[in-house]
Amino acid sequence: MFNRESSLAGALKSSWLLAALLGAAIFPAQAQNASTIKLGIVSFLTGPAAAPFGIPGRNGAEVLIDAMNAGKVPAPFNKIGFGGTTVEAKYIDETGSAANVVTEFRNLVQRDQVEAVVGYISSGNCLAVTPVAEELKAITVFYDCGTPRIFEEKPRAYVFRVSPLSTIDNVGAARYLLAKKPDVTSYSGINQNYAWGQDSWRDFTGAMQVLAPKVTIDKSLFPKLFAGEYGAEISTLLTSSSPVLHTSFYDGDLEAFLYQEQARALDKRMTIIATTGEAAIWRLRDKMPDGTIIGARGPFGPLAPDSEFNRWFQKIYTDRYGTPPTYPAYQMVMSLLGLKLAYEKARKGDTKPTSDEIAASFKGIEFEGPAGVVKLAIGDGHQGIMGTAYGIYRFNKAKNEPEIVDIMRFPAECVNPPAGVTADDWIKDGMKGAKC
Amino acid sequence: MARHGRIAAGAALLLAAAAAFVLPDWIISLATIAFANGLVVLGLIVLWRAGLVSFGQALYYCIGAYAVALVGRATGVTDAFLLMLIGGAAAGLVAFVVGFLLARYREIFFAMLSLALSMILYGVLVKAESLGSTDGFSVASPTFFGYAPHQEKLLMALYWLVLAVCAIAAFLIDAYFRSVSGALAMPVRDNEIRVEFLGMSVSRLIHTKLVISGLLAGMGGALAAFAIGHVDPNMSYWTTSGEFVFITILSGAGSVVSAFVGSLAFESLRSFAFAMLPQLWQMLLGSVLLLTILFLPQGLGSLVTRLRWRRKAAAP
Amino acid sequence: MLTAFAILIDGLVYAAYLFIVAVGLTLIFGVMKILNVAHGSFYTFGAYGAATAIGIYFDRGWPDAGGFLLMALLAMALGLVLGLILERSVMRLVYGRDEVVMVLVTYAAFLILEDVVILVWGAQSYPTYQPLLAAGNTAVGALILSNYDLGLIATAALIAVISWWALKFTRYGRLLTAVIFDRETAAAFGINVTAVYTITFVIGAMLGALGGAIMAPKIAVTLGIGVEVIVLAFAVVAIGGMGSIEGALIGALIVGICRAAAVHLVPQVELFVIYGVMALVLMIRPYGLFVRAQPRRI
Repeated sequence: MFNRESSLAGALKSSWLLAALLGAAIFPAQAQNASTIKLGIVSFLTGPAAAPFGIPGRNGAEVLIDAMNAGKVPAPFNKIGFGGTTVEAKYIDETGSAANVVTEFRNLVQRDQVEAVVGYISSGNCLAVTPVAEELKAITVFYDCGTPRIFEEKPRAYVFRVSPLSTIDNVGAARYLLAKKPDVTSYSGINQNYAWGQDSWRDFTGAMQVLAPKVTIDKSLFPKLFAGEYGAEISTLLTSSSPVLHTSFYDGDLEAFLYQEQARALDKRMTIIATTGEAAIWRLRDKMPDGTIIGARGPFGPLAPDSEFNRWFQKIYTDRYGTPPTYPAYQMVMSLLGLKLAYEKARKGDTKPTSDEIAASFKGIEFEGPAGVVKLAIGDGHQGIMGTAYGIYRFNKAKNEPEIVDIMRFPAECVNPPAGVTADDWIKDGMKGAKC
Repeated sequence: MARHGRIAAGAALLLAAAAAFVLPDWIISLATIAFANGLVVLGLIVLWRAGLVSFGQALYYCIGAYAVALVGRATGVTDAFLLMLIGGAAAGLVAFVVGFLLARYREIFFAMLSLALSMILYGVLVKAESLGSTDGFSVASPTFFGYAPHQEKLLMALYWLVLAVCAIAAFLIDAYFRSVSGALAMPVRDNEIRVEFLGMSVSRLIHTKLVISGLLAGMGGALAAFAIGHVDPNMSYWTTSGEFVFITILSGAGSVVSAFVGSLAFESLRSFAFAMLPQLWQMLLGSVLLLTILFLPQGLGSLVTRLRWRRKAAAP
Repeated sequence: MLTAFAILIDGLVYAAYLFIVAVGLTLIFGVMKILNVAHGSFYTFGAYGAATAIGIYFDRGWPDAGGFLLMALLAMALGLVLGLILERSVMRLVYGRDEVVMVLVTYAAFLILEDVVILVWGAQSYPTYQPLLAAGNTAVGALILSNYDLGLIATAALIAVISWWALKFTRYGRLLTAVIFDRETAAAFGINVTAVYTITFVIGAMLGALGGAIMAPKIAVTLGIGVEVIVLAFAVVAIGGMGSIEGALIGALIVGICRAAAVHLVPQVELFVIYGVMALVLMIRPYGLFVRAQPRRI
């Protein structure tokens, strides 16, 4: 088929190619810089979750790390970088199977020798990374995933989450709904058919069962994730008599659903509760129906309490990216600030603290960031609790910008399970010990 | 030629096993997952030689992984060997059952029906809220005949286990390729009727290949479950199958070793692309695949064959 | 009664969506025997092209009809360019290779084009709802139907009729039928098969892009929309019979109606409908509904 000379040369060339490829994969940029602190930031940079969550999260990290390195973050976070040493971030895409995600996590910790990893949006990825982080003794801060299972399955030593549990989204939504519409008799739900949607619906129906046992469920719909076409679901809802619709849809799906339902005037018949709606308001603008009950998975974005710190963050973010920060950006910033405090508390003199020292000072930490006060009170001091807030969406035509009015705040102890109780049991047993 | 090949493969195996002492952990971990996936690719090569491409191999991969995770969770068994065999057997059994159906199909219809079956499993697992739905659940650390290593030692033990399984599988499949039933793959691909006229049952031949490939994919899934420490329904999604087919084409069907070379090259490449081009890694992967198909039509595996060629040429 | 009516309409809308998405794929497969994964990219580019057109045109007070036209034209122009580039530079090199190799070539192209989207349009999503909301709605009893959806059904029917007419009554269509039927004989009769391939691939690409443009107003135009469409289109085409236009139509109708019925009556099984129907059909008719048995070569 081919003559020997050329095949020899070819083999030689191609074996070099293979070797080069493997080599390049194994040692990309091994350059170590002792004068900086390296952080791994993992977030969706491609795929459908990039635009709503991944990119705002990464932007939040970029803008905050630059401000930290310039020493411009308000006190008590005004030390340069982490305790005087500048921070260098390596950004990695979260897209891929659990195997990819775990491999990339190992690469960050062992190949790139990062001091800590901050990231992860998908709850599945958080659950997959947790045991590896524990095994490698790598300080890991999850920033957006909300599943309570991480700290309920086992106590963790090196894994932290400043952002609150997803439990608060739906407990808060139920409380807000009943406070504003005490005469509601039935409700329907449309949630994506995967863990996030199923958990959200279970928490919401559970909380409603506790708070208003007489209110009935009418339709519960679970379209496929990223289905894109909701004609049949909207027809079903149009034939329903319930006045309220719960949805944990997020961006792409939320947007598609809202366009399609508005073309068919569903929102004139039903009030929509969008637990993650805040992430989409700046793009949807007047296409988010007025009167929608909006959540931000915590006190983030326009639902964040007004403070100088918050205004400062909104300004630097908006100046840089041309759009105000949404909740993933807040979650990222709160996570990084928590890590910064813990790191600085653990640091003695000029030596870098060990993972154990950082973990010890991170545990149970309490601080105030742009989203208000957070306390790592549950999950043995590894899981943050924050209050949450809900409000009603309105597009202000005069100012030509979205606004959330009629905001109601729920303190942390009102929407979070107490320490030592799993979220599921807490809701099932009637949310005992909630202080509202 | 065959003897030379085996000696070379044996040497490569020893080298790979010894590498665990020098290479950093993250490479070992990457290689463990790559070789576990290599088993699935080996199964696809078995099918591909007979002209069949499965877009649903993730079905068996996922069953192997979930079998390990579920049995471990329900009974507390952690022995890697036992669980791995259970995983492989479960997947092999499923392959045997669906084989009665699938063996009648060829070409794109075979691919699409296997895809449909794997997607149905995906749907079932997504619906299974007690198994964590799409979040999946974790797999306990394996033990090896009572030996329960941790951290680096566990990593190495797992790596050697995967290497050993791969070596045995490669050896057996190589023997299978040389057997009559295995050697008939190419004739089946070229013209089934002629094979039937020889007095062979094509559907039985294909059924055998399906079970072999299912068994390999199940073992691969079981080992991957140990290596990742987590299982989720995504293991059964069609993109997972697509990735395996991708690696198969990258590897080429030339020899059993190519499955592992290709799989390792793919994992390294993907990891490299993630580190270098966080937002544009798909472009790099796609370009490499395209260039491979255009300029290395026999796959990366053919590089190995060519190297052997060279050694043979150098010998008197 | 209302539910039955709703199922019918919802099924038709979904079927129209599936048919529009799948028709380009089945055309390319019928003629060239390529399962074209890059179809997802054509869809994506069509959707982004429509988003660009909407950004240029709408909210300026110009008549809406012009906007619809511009969307379709821009998307099809993108499909034309993309299809031509892909066919001339890549596909041409692999004709005659293994079927699966050709699938993988289109897969490689799909991966590359996914990132080209990021390079051209960035990672943010584009709101393109204007045509959908501009079309308004019609009330039928308690049900409110979107006029855009009704237009979708009409568009799908129109595409079906045009492609049927083009295949049956035009010169090119008859050439195409000859090539689909038997490529070698067609070549022996002097048909320029290479030219037929190029034209078919480009038309398939334009149809894919048109599908994206038509769907764009209903969805958020964002990364990853192509992936979802590919496997959906594959399923429809496999049910109907690879390469058969009427098969794609019937396949889309079956899936559409089954899915709508599932959502209305047993929402729990919605996730399984498409693959369940596909597995069932393939079990009964291994080559899909509308494909004649292949002669076996000895």
